[in-house]
Amino acid sequence: MRTTIRPQARRASAAVAVGLLAAGLLSACGGAETGADAGSSEPDPEAAADLDAALEEGGELTYWTWTPSGEDQAAAFMEQYPNVTVEVVNAGTATDEYTKLQNAIAAGSGAPDVAQIEYYALQQFAISDSLVDLNTLGLGSLEDQYTASTWAQVSVEGGLYGLPQDSGPLVLMYNQDLFDEHGIEVPTTWDEYVAAAETLHEADPSTYITNDAGDPGFVQPLIWQAGGHPYTVDGTTVSIDLQDEGSQRWADMWNQMLEPGLLADIPTWSDDWWKALGNDTLATIVTGAWMPGILEGSVPEGAGKWRVAPIPSYDGDPTTAENGGSSQAVIKQSENPELAAAFVRWLNSSEESVDVFLESGGFPSTTAHLNDPEFLEAAPEYFGGQKINEVLVEASENVSTDWQYLPFQVYANSVFPDTVGQAYTQKSDLNEGLVAWQDNLVSYGSSQGFTVEQ
Amino acid sequence: MTTLTPPRVTPARVTQEIRTPKRRWTGWQFTWPFAAVFVVAFIAPLLYALWLSLFQNQLVGGNAFVGLDNYVLAFNDPAFWAGFGRVFLFLLVQVPIMLLLALAAALAIDSARLYATGFFRIVIFLPYAVPAVVAVLMWGFIYGDNFGLTASINDWLGSDVLAPFAPQWMLVSIGNIVTWEFVGYNMVIFYSALKTIPTDLYEAAEIDGARGWQVIKAIKLPAARGAIVIATIFSIIGSFQLFNEPNVLQPLANNVITSSYTPNMYAYSLSFAGQQYNYSATVAIIMGVITAAIAYVVQLRGSRKEDR
Repeated sequence: MRTTIRPQARRASAAVAVGLLAAGLLSACGGAETGADAGSSEPDPEAAADLDAALEEGGELTYWTWTPSGEDQAAAFMEQYPNVTVEVVNAGTATDEYTKLQNAIAAGSGAPDVAQIEYYALQQFAISDSLVDLNTLGLGSLEDQYTASTWAQVSVEGGLYGLPQDSGPLVLMYNQDLFDEHGIEVPTTWDEYVAAAETLHEADPSTYITNDAGDPGFVQPLIWQAGGHPYTVDGTTVSIDLQDEGSQRWADMWNQMLEPGLLADIPTWSDDWWKALGNDTLATIVTGAWMPGILEGSVPEGAGKWRVAPIPSYDGDPTTAENGGSSQAVIKQSENPELAAAFVRWLNSSEESVDVFLESGGFPSTTAHLNDPEFLEAAPEYFGGQKINEVLVEASENVSTDWQYLPFQVYANSVFPDTVGQAYTQKSDLNEGLVAWQDNLVSYGSSQGFTVEQ
Repeated sequence: MTTLTPPRVTPARVTQEIRTPKRRWTGWQFTWPFAAVFVVAFIAPLLYALWLSLFQNQLVGGNAFVGLDNYVLAFNDPAFWAGFGRVFLFLLVQVPIMLLLALAAALAIDSARLYATGFFRIVIFLPYAVPAVVAVLMWGFIYGDNFGLTASINDWLGSDVLAPFAPQWMLVSIGNIVTWEFVGYNMVIFYSALKTIPTDLYEAAEIDGARGWQVIKAIKLPAARGAIVIATIFSIIGSFQLFNEPNVLQPLANNVITSSYTPNMYAYSLSFAGQQYNYSATVAIIMGVITAAIAYVVQLRGSRKEDR
């Protein structure tokens, strides 16, 4: 189960490149319908004063995170607010941490004050009433500082359950050498992408357009990008339709590569995958904007070969989706929620903290950092001097905000291999796999007391 | 003083004698350190699991007593029985192979016809000393059909005949790892049983003209029978508990090793991915009962043979 998406699995060494940069994002451009319109709205000066008072008074906080810069950020925080002590605990990455968090919440004690939670899992914790609604502490007024898509991810059912740490708009990364060798143009539509897959594999059977061994953390953003909206959550009523227009659109397109064996059967993040990225086996990867730094750090053999492009579209519409990304949330068990919220506010909106985060290679969620000309101008050698951040930032402006995850997404991802994964193994119709997945989710949701509609 | 005085039995002494059983408790008190740990680490979790299995805790709606519903669910759960069938097949095929190899190795080392027996003994035992997770990671690399050793062999053969991660070969691949890990361990058990045979038995056999196979059949195997029964029981339990190997290989073959590949993996994903602690406890209890029953039958059969 550890193979679910791990955008945070970045190597600390890696991301230096991304760290230096930052560019302009128009948070204004997307109306965040999905819940972002929730109660946040008006700044509450009184609440802000409460948080400042809490910082002044001080206290002790426990913070669970696996972000590489977590320790350094906490140290910078304590320097600035000497009355506060923050104990940083790495309680595992992603699912491992959620398991412990879930257990601590169920047990009624032992949970941290602040925890890192990926966007896809945030809803699960919010719905189970485990997190503090930060609107009640006045953090709703920070909305303007973040991209619309990340803000939509932390807004659940009218509440604000975390502040965005980073973002990962989907982009296409491609191996320019391999494309040149086979005379392939950078695909701008999925049709061109499929054609490139055929050309490439025919010319050299040991090369593939990309790898996909079945990964829910990858498939769901692709469905999102195709305009799918398979999950609709309204309180404890959940609709699941993995055969909606967007889901089928993606599955039909992906079938054209899966069924004839044009996709390498290499699990993402495996050792083989890193090798395949460095030895010209894979021509492209569709991935989040946090990837360039990781690639540079982990695949030195790829230096000078890789470039970044917008994700191929279905019909010219540049819409993309969010792949991974984390938020920091205040757990209800916290004995000092004001102080915890003040820490979260500092962590994900203060200059001092975000700078530390960027230095370790993160891709920001804050518009100010994305707008920074220095960030936009950066042209890393590894990417042949391409101004990659211009592409990444443009992608972050094109993320559709129309997406919801399930309130039991961690479970859903864990049974993806049992269902959709079987279509991957047999190289058969992905739609059938999606139907099997849906059946499983419907029965799980019902058994957990949700009202499930199909 | 010629009269015989009967020994005086004081009332006090009588009571003391009646109380003698009390003195036995002194011995029992020595078991406290063990008993305390045993109760806390074994009995209590077992009872707690039983207790858990009678409830259902939903994400929406909270905790409710459901009686034996979880058991009914488990008996009708195809995912659970598919996993059970898989480990049962594993048991039927892998355990005999492993134990025969271990027995052959033990007999060979015990035969006194081998040079450097100490060397062979330690080399065969060595895989057991490698932590299971490390061993499986290593095998995962060997099995790798993209860039691992398997890929190199396939290249050399000019085919892709070797596919250890293919659905039809996965159980064999896991069986190979488990055999590699545990042959040495079982060999040591068998070898130590063979070592306890008094040498005068061999001398008698020699005088009677017994050779080779006859000695093995008439002396060595009967003497090792107890050890074989024990090793078989351990292996049965190990097979039903199969978890480490498939779990570590899972990231390499996500779609083949599903979340319910073995009953233990199923119990694990039920509780840690699905928060179905109650149902997970039910699955664990059912597996525990089945394992105990089969191990008991094996023990009965094994000892009956011994009596003959």
